[in-house]
Amino acid sequence: MAGWTRSDIGGFLAKQGILIAFFLFIIGFTIANERFLAPENIMGVVRSSAILGVMALGVTFVVISGNLDLSVGSMMSFSTIVVLDLHDKLGPALAIPAMFALTLCLGALIGFLVGYLKLNSLIVTLGMLSAIHGLTLTYSGGKNMDIADKGGTWFSIFGQGEIFGIPVPILIFVGLAALLGIVLARTPFGRKVYAVGGNGVAATFSGIRRARIVFACYLLSSFCVATAGLIQASRSLGSQNTVGQGLELEVLAAVILGGASLLGGSGTIFKTIIGVLILGFIQNGLLLVGLQFYAQYVVTWIIIILAVWLDIAAKRGRLWSPLA
Amino acid sequence: MSTATPALRLENIVKTFPGVRALDGVSFSVLPGEVHALMGENGAGKSTLMKVLGGIYQPDGGEIIVSEQKVVMRSPLEAKHKGIVFIHQELSLAKELSVAENIYLGELPHNRFGLVDWQHLFEKTDAILQRLKVGFDARTRVGDLSIANQQMVEIARALTHEAKAVIFDEPTASLTDAEKVVLFEVIEDLKSHGVGIIYISHRMEEIFKMTDRITVLRDGQYRGTLDTAQTTEEDITQLMIGRKLDLTRNAVDHEFGAAALEVENLSCGTLYTDISFSVREGEVVGFYGLVGAGRTEIAETLFGLRTPTAGKILLNGREVHIESPVDAIELGISLVPENRKEQGLVLGMNCRDNMTLPQVDALVSGPFVKDSAEIEIFGHYRDKLEIKTPSWKQLAGNLSGGNQQKIVIGKWLSMHPKVLIVDEPTRGIDVGSKSEIHKLIRDLASQGYAIIVISSEMPEILHVSDRIVAMYSGRIMRTFTAQEVTEDSLIQAISGLGESEKVA
Repeated sequence: MAGWTRSDIGGFLAKQGILIAFFLFIIGFTIANERFLAPENIMGVVRSSAILGVMALGVTFVVISGNLDLSVGSMMSFSTIVVLDLHDKLGPALAIPAMFALTLCLGALIGFLVGYLKLNSLIVTLGMLSAIHGLTLTYSGGKNMDIADKGGTWFSIFGQGEIFGIPVPILIFVGLAALLGIVLARTPFGRKVYAVGGNGVAATFSGIRRARIVFACYLLSSFCVATAGLIQASRSLGSQNTVGQGLELEVLAAVILGGASLLGGSGTIFKTIIGVLILGFIQNGLLLVGLQFYAQYVVTWIIIILAVWLDIAAKRGRLWSPLA
Repeated sequence: MSTATPALRLENIVKTFPGVRALDGVSFSVLPGEVHALMGENGAGKSTLMKVLGGIYQPDGGEIIVSEQKVVMRSPLEAKHKGIVFIHQELSLAKELSVAENIYLGELPHNRFGLVDWQHLFEKTDAILQRLKVGFDARTRVGDLSIANQQMVEIARALTHEAKAVIFDEPTASLTDAEKVVLFEVIEDLKSHGVGIIYISHRMEEIFKMTDRITVLRDGQYRGTLDTAQTTEEDITQLMIGRKLDLTRNAVDHEFGAAALEVENLSCGTLYTDISFSVREGEVVGFYGLVGAGRTEIAETLFGLRTPTAGKILLNGREVHIESPVDAIELGISLVPENRKEQGLVLGMNCRDNMTLPQVDALVSGPFVKDSAEIEIFGHYRDKLEIKTPSWKQLAGNLSGGNQQKIVIGKWLSMHPKVLIVDEPTRGIDVGSKSEIHKLIRDLASQGYAIIVISSEMPEILHVSDRIVAMYSGRIMRTFTAQEVTEDSLIQAISGLGESEKVA
């Protein structure tokens, strides 16, 4: 490191800070509790990260296209409640497509408002966070939703099943990640998502229908949310109205931790998966070292702030600058 | 007058940017009570000089002297305190605040509790407004005022301080004739109070009507100061463009084909009116005019970014309706936009992806983008346009301006357009790349492309065009062939001289 100036080190920290912090956490947790790196613990973390991960896949598209989605948490509650309720009314075979259709409608509404009406995505999705929560409570009458016959339904496979010894939620997460990773990296649509988020004006000047791309990203995001709701409902076969509360920030934290820029135009599915795992391992590690569960909310916030700061710092190549 | 102490004197101002000597030893002085015009082509160094005067740029050499005192200005606020005030072309007012607050922003009078002393503020402001004889008062919200009146607020702001010199940058650009009269009265009033005025304008009639002396810049150098009363337009033009153009005038070296694009009586609100022209295959039609003359807006209309309010567009003799860039691209119209970084490129995306962006839907095998097809297109245009980049993976933002522009041109050539529109093809590009791009445009024309070039640089427009359309405030003043055009006649046409003949 001889010959490094202070600003070189600042630039390095800014670019690699998240990974450095992550490794420090890992080392610290491993010293504090040898169970941390045990295979069953790692499997546990991946499994419990699947729901967050599935949602983060969709939000990755939204963020790369230059927008935000803060509604995914309450939208996931909505999906979970709706599919549980319809399970007993229509049977699982009809309940699942019906729930997907309703959730996609919500995504389409957001996509219309942000894409075609060009409203600010922060305001639209923050409003939707609250509106969808109200919709869910109205739908359920405020009561918890439970499946009557918990033992006698194949519906539990999505959350509790295993195929070749691998939990189904992990399979869904990995499968969807592979599919969406290819869509983003290899298809014309994926290319346009980057173009719209990187420079929407230049994209328009290149004949890309920007509104349509933004709309599609929100639709995709709501599809991922519906999938996450399905896993959640299937895992517990009963749910509170607030099951997804707060997840929007964790999802956003994972996407930014992975290195997608909040300004749009950058990020990949692979990076998002890394972000999801970092967040999962840190939260798990904190539990293992004996921190109260509720302290996680504070830690998640600190991680988000750190990630956003480093995102900006990486752009200007130093940790602090007098100019914006 | 020559014995009076100058209100503002510049001595040998030098300002260099990497690779460019933007100001090369510029000296001139403005006397108290004088209106001094500053003229020069776009790129001659006027705006750089004004930024030096306004404390935005620090000069690399030379001195600024206000009332015989050498001054250094590190910020616009400091310039104001030294007595140099700007009336900007783009107004810099807070629209939601009152006139009085805007005028005294940053130095609002307050009482002993630290609260704003409104009574005092409004009285002070109204006193200034009365001097300007304007029809609004201190309490009016600035956003409710017309552009002309907002300009008056800027002028009022200038009067709050002991202004030694006031600089007007194209002050009449968005004023009606009646509003101009009021502005000129105010300038006369400032004059009579001994303020030195620098007046930047391209409009010859105003220069002759308003100014006492004229200083001309060219290529960053001082070219001379003329006494307005003893000067003719020809003298000024001579000084402004007097160089022997190293760019030889283009000679038509091939036959033109049929009309590819015809525009008939096209209008778009107040942006431009009654525009008719045609472009034949193999022909380069240059659009020349001042910034704001409506040239870019016509291009944007042809590319589906604006909807015309009247008129027709014909492509190969067939009327077309272009409602979006997607329509334009399908019809074979391409636009290399004016602002390459904001409109032309996704800077964070690699060169290849930028180049193939408009046709990425077509470059597929199955559902996937076909890498090999993309690399082939990129390779073809990299060689053809001599784009210098280590690899297609290089981010567009990391290339030089000239290479960036070639990526944008390559992007649109790869679409094989019938009509290629190039807006300011060489803005912010070094001299070497400039002539390459000029040559490229000529080559494309000889291959049969119908091309529209919009430029604010006269040598460029003269060099590349087969015909030149001269525009002034949203109208076509005159169309020249390459053979008949002269620099003088072109400058006259775009300055609005001879407008009366045309309208009558």
